Amino acid sequence: MQVRNILRRGLAAATMIMIGLGASAQDRFITVASTTSTEQSGLFAHLLPAFEKATGIKVRVVALGTGQALGLARRGDADVVFVHDKAAEEKFIAESYGVKRQEVMYNDFILVGPKADPAKALGRDILEGLRRVEAAKAPFVSRGDKSGTHAAELRYWKLAGVDLDARKGPWYRDTGSGMGPALNTAASMNAYILADRGTWLNFKNRGEMGIVVEGDKALFNQYGVILVNPARHTHVKQADGQKFIDWVVSKDGQQAIADYKIGGEQLFFPNAAK
Amino acid sequence: MNEISASLALALDLVAGGESRLAAIVLLSLKVSLGATLMACALGMPLGALLSVGRFPGRRVLIVLFNGLMGLPPVVVGLLVYLLLSRAGPLGQFGLLFTPTAMVIAQTVLVAPIIAALTRQVIDDEWREHREQLRSLGASRPRAARTLLWNARFALTTAALAGFGRAIAEVGAVMIVGGNIDGVTRVMTTTIALETSKGDLPLALALGVILITVVLTLNAGAYLLRQWAERRWG
Repeated sequence: MQVRNILRRGLAAATMIMIGLGASAQDRFITVASTTSTEQSGLFAHLLPAFEKATGIKVRVVALGTGQALGLARRGDADVVFVHDKAAEEKFIAESYGVKRQEVMYNDFILVGPKADPAKALGRDILEGLRRVEAAKAPFVSRGDKSGTHAAELRYWKLAGVDLDARKGPWYRDTGSGMGPALNTAASMNAYILADRGTWLNFKNRGEMGIVVEGDKALFNQYGVILVNPARHTHVKQADGQKFIDWVVSKDGQQAIADYKIGGEQLFFPNAAK
Repeated sequence: MNEISASLALALDLVAGGESRLAAIVLLSLKVSLGATLMACALGMPLGALLSVGRFPGRRVLIVLFNGLMGLPPVVVGLLVYLLLSRAGPLGQFGLLFTPTAMVIAQTVLVAPIIAALTRQVIDDEWREHREQLRSLGASRPRAARTLLWNARFALTTAALAGFGRAIAEVGAVMIVGGNIDGVTRVMTTTIALETSKGDLPLALALGVILITVVLTLNAGAYLLRQWAERRWG
């Protein structure tokens, strides 16, 4: 009896502590699973206060790679996804996890590398640039984390006709990390890396790195927004989630996206369907 | 070297500036980790004491188990608690994921074995010393466990501090179950990870300096309190 008493008292104390901690006010909020590029570029910090002001709804952003963000939403742990991998997004909809995909904005990918450019990859052609990096066996850092940027990188290698499975060597460094950590790694080993412009512009630890390839149409990076299917996950905050989607594609939301600049440079270009 | 001294200066600036966002992050860190430590003490100390004085089948297995669990990887705990609290998981209906409560739960799981194992160690010594005396008084084993816990209360602060140190320093578990949401679940360690991601290494290190200072101050406070209490009631 006494053993149980001791344990029961411990449990009771633990429960009291939990209740004490949990007793904070509940705000009206939605959870958005998004990508590290939107969070780390500072876009959300600029965008969300305007949305909150317009609607009174707080947005809680969980920033992950696109693959991970979609996985989170599949389990019902987010109300809205805001990501950038069209193929994966369409699969998400086809599997009925999401209601409808709407395009919001785009930015572009850039090939970043050492300013000395040992692979002579400088130019406007991403496929040619990658071919030269591979030919020179210059160090290349890959996200390797199933993010939107990682998916794009693999797509470019394929289009460039480089069979990674066969050519992968010590020059190709699969880091399995987010955009920022991967940039840190690339900076410290003077490697080439495919990055999104937003994260790059907001990135401080550039070392000897600069932009090597930019401006290729193929580098276009489209962001989409999707409401998680309430038919699949009944707790999804359908009305408030839809409000967020309606706002980011509205005139106000699109203007707010266009207004976000770092050092005078616009990071994201709104392109929602009218 | 330059970067490190710049970080120290930046840390001073940040503290002197008294930025309310920084204060909120530090407070949340303390709230979550102190909460988890209290929970873990409430669960782990009775358990540790019973493991010490109790004699039951499977006791040795449990002792080895708790010793081993002291080395639980935070990211595994995070993942486990995430799967439990996720909407698709068994406790999904409570909607606890991405809340400070979820972070307390994860850190409790992480810290409770440490406190249980260290408590058992402390009580073992006490038990060896007082066993005859307690027996002659006719105390049952659970009764003895309680008495010994009370006797060892000053020594047990070290166990609590070890647990707290583990909780406040880890990033893997709170990152997964908290989601590092700005203003909701962002704590010191996840902020440091985020700033490192952004490549702002001086700021990241400055935040690290602040975190270490907070932990040291708390430990110093606990030490002084213990000395004072021992003099007064010991």
